[in-house]
Amino acid sequence: MSTATVTSGRDSAKAAAEKVLEVEGLVVETGGKRPAPILRGVSFSISPGETLCLVGESGSGKSVTSLATMGLLPRGALVARGGRILLDGENLLEATPSRLKALRANRMAMIFQEPMTALNPVLSVGRQLDEVLETHTRLSSRERKAKVLDAFSQVHLPEIERIYSSFPHQLSGGQRQRIMIAMALVLEPRLLIADEPTTALDVTTQKQILSLIKELQQKHGTAVLFITHDMGVVVDIADRVCVMNKGEVVESGEVAQVLGAPREAYTQTLLDAVPSLTPRAPRIEASQKTVLEVQALEKVFEGGRGLMRWLGKSSEGTRAVDDVSFRLKRGRTLGIVGESGSGKSTLARCVMRLETPSGGAIRVDGKEISELSRSMLKPHRKRIQMIFQDPNRSLNPRRTIGDSLVEGPMNYGTPRKQAWARGRELLELVGLPADAIDRYPHQFSGGQRQRIAIARALMMEPEVIVADEAVSALDVSVQAQVLGLIDEIQQRLGIAVLFITHDLRVAAQICDEVLVMQRGKLVEYGPAAEVLANPQAEYTRALMEAAPGRHWDFAARAPLQPIAG
Amino acid sequence: MNMQTLNPSRTGGDAMPEGRGASRLLSRLFATRPKAVTLIAAVVLALIVAIALFAPWLANHDPLALSPANRLKGMSESYWLGTDAYGRDLYSRILYGAQVSLIVGVGVAILSVAIGLPLGLLAGYFRAIDAILMRIMDGLMAIPGILLAIAIVSLTSANLWTVMLAIMVPEIPQVVRLVRSRVLSAREEPFVEAAVLMGTPTLKLMIRHLMPSTIAPLIVQGTYICASAILTEAILSFLGAGIGTEIPSWGNIMSEGRIYFQIKPSLIFWAGLLLSACILSINLLGDSARDALDPKMKRRNA
Repeated sequence: MSTATVTSGRDSAKAAAEKVLEVEGLVVETGGKRPAPILRGVSFSISPGETLCLVGESGSGKSVTSLATMGLLPRGALVARGGRILLDGENLLEATPSRLKALRANRMAMIFQEPMTALNPVLSVGRQLDEVLETHTRLSSRERKAKVLDAFSQVHLPEIERIYSSFPHQLSGGQRQRIMIAMALVLEPRLLIADEPTTALDVTTQKQILSLIKELQQKHGTAVLFITHDMGVVVDIADRVCVMNKGEVVESGEVAQVLGAPREAYTQTLLDAVPSLTPRAPRIEASQKTVLEVQALEKVFEGGRGLMRWLGKSSEGTRAVDDVSFRLKRGRTLGIVGESGSGKSTLARCVMRLETPSGGAIRVDGKEISELSRSMLKPHRKRIQMIFQDPNRSLNPRRTIGDSLVEGPMNYGTPRKQAWARGRELLELVGLPADAIDRYPHQFSGGQRQRIAIARALMMEPEVIVADEAVSALDVSVQAQVLGLIDEIQQRLGIAVLFITHDLRVAAQICDEVLVMQRGKLVEYGPAAEVLANPQAEYTRALMEAAPGRHWDFAARAPLQPIAG
Repeated sequence: MNMQTLNPSRTGGDAMPEGRGASRLLSRLFATRPKAVTLIAAVVLALIVAIALFAPWLANHDPLALSPANRLKGMSESYWLGTDAYGRDLYSRILYGAQVSLIVGVGVAILSVAIGLPLGLLAGYFRAIDAILMRIMDGLMAIPGILLAIAIVSLTSANLWTVMLAIMVPEIPQVVRLVRSRVLSAREEPFVEAAVLMGTPTLKLMIRHLMPSTIAPLIVQGTYICASAILTEAILSFLGAGIGTEIPSWGNIMSEGRIYFQIKPSLIFWAGLLLSACILSINLLGDSARDALDPKMKRRNA
């Protein structure tokens, strides 16, 4: 196999063999009378200047590992029962709380997924960094300020003097994460733990943050423990990888080896589940019938309501969707792709008439619905159904699956018995046992709940299904199954799907056509194979460029051959 | 085969899953072993309820019977806690006083929830109703509760119903605001939007999908309303604005005893003790209910 050159030039730092962090046989259990194991003997080590990625699906224990290392396990709820965590040879599991506190500032630091919650909202960010220095160093206030500004410039923040006196809410998500990185690295720790630091960010911002972490790491020789669920990110940042599953390290090794020639079956299934960025082969249009047509749709959220407007402070409002048109044929999938704030979700909500559009037309099966009142809408609701992002919140927790499934058809006059029988059929169609109908949502996993949500949408026998980030909250292997299910149902029932996603990989695998949105405007619209393989708009190209792990073909276990030209 | 799984009681389809919802709430309430303080509060409250229920059998005198010959007697074989200024038996009067207090407490709690819940649902769901209704509620909240109660009682006749109405009016806005805030967050939930998309009629949507999430906080709020209603009733009686002075209520007993407090403190002491114990135990039970029903509080206490 060609386990060739993914990571060349990163090997130099590893020569210094002395380990920064060594975790040996770490066992963590839940507290209380009946302890359940969370980590069952996890071992790994990191050298200076090296990046180790902990990869795993939810529940694999990767975050617990990082919390145990920082000494931040929730007291009473999780207890480290065995093993050692050595930071420069010092066992952290035996350290006193005050020693751990000192170590956390000087020798190890952590950045989190959501920078907004990690920053104090009522202090300026400069003051917050200053506080760190004030507590842990003996610098004068002028030296501290110089050092803070230097830290800001190192993380490439613009206008550092202005940023110094800014409050967290005045900064963008990417800027906040830069502040967190500056704060984590200002005392030059030996170890940086990054727990999904880019998961909440857009792909273009993610790319910048990843290259920033890499740059600072090389400059300071920091060891980085990087936790992620995204295989693409692993390709971009890791030197070595630890694949975790159910509290155990399944496989570890150099990134080229683990991704190129995985030994364990679990790693292989994980890699196979990563959708490819290369668009799938175009499908033949089975029908010419247009089921959903959107023309010049606009949605403006009015700024400054009530008193503020009266005082003359009203703004123009936000144009969340601005002149977007598309057409969806029976049995086809249209992907709407964009970063956060691009208006793709607002577009979906307008199409579903959860929001009333400010202008333009929406035609479902040729019938204009954009201005119908709620009661007038009822006959048309049936034709278009939605699948939501968060499977934990999309089913009423107090009602059985059956009650949730039959609610829609019964609203349209189907007798309960008949609807119930149909519910059983559909549950089997989406791959759940028929007896699931009597159970409650909390008895199912996230992936199963998403299947139930699909079944609920199908109960209405719709012509169009709108899936708003329907697989974004799912683990990659579950995601692959749900995508497969949507595909299969589409083949069988000829339903058209409007698929809203931020994930270009998912879009490439499921869509026939792709519509790229930026700040409410349509940027590019065309067949998936053309838009994703040969993007014309600059923004689409930037998005494709930023997709993590774009140079690696996970299924082929090899670097992607660059397309000529 | 299929029919077996259909619960025959629910074939109507429209019926709320009352039984299941209630049993889930109960199981959450009793999921963990209650703390000692909760048990003590429950026992105290149970005793007071028993006193109120069995007052006719427990009392050894007519609580209204005057006996001028036996004014301000001390404790004795015949008068267990002595007599008041009109020679009425204090022990019997306190037993009957528990009836008034509990009827007012529970009655006000149930009525204010029964009125506040639908109003809160409407305010939370319809923007237009919200704007008007909540301004009315703001207006009600701006009036001091006791003053309003005194005004209502003095405008009408002073009987149990007017007193309950007077206490209930200032409590309703609290319930409405609580329900409204719950509904405002619940209506953003995807499962509620899904129900809208499936064409569920508005009334059914509110009862089936929005109301259940308000029940747990309402149980907690209801206990606090109950305790505060008992206290307000006692205050109104004490001020002479409550139910008729001849009716034995803890507030009336204390109000009359106040004059002779220097001579005979027990006239106030026993009624005050029971009143405090009753309110404290209801509040403690309310706190336990909140801890059991609100997962966030549970985590903090763990």
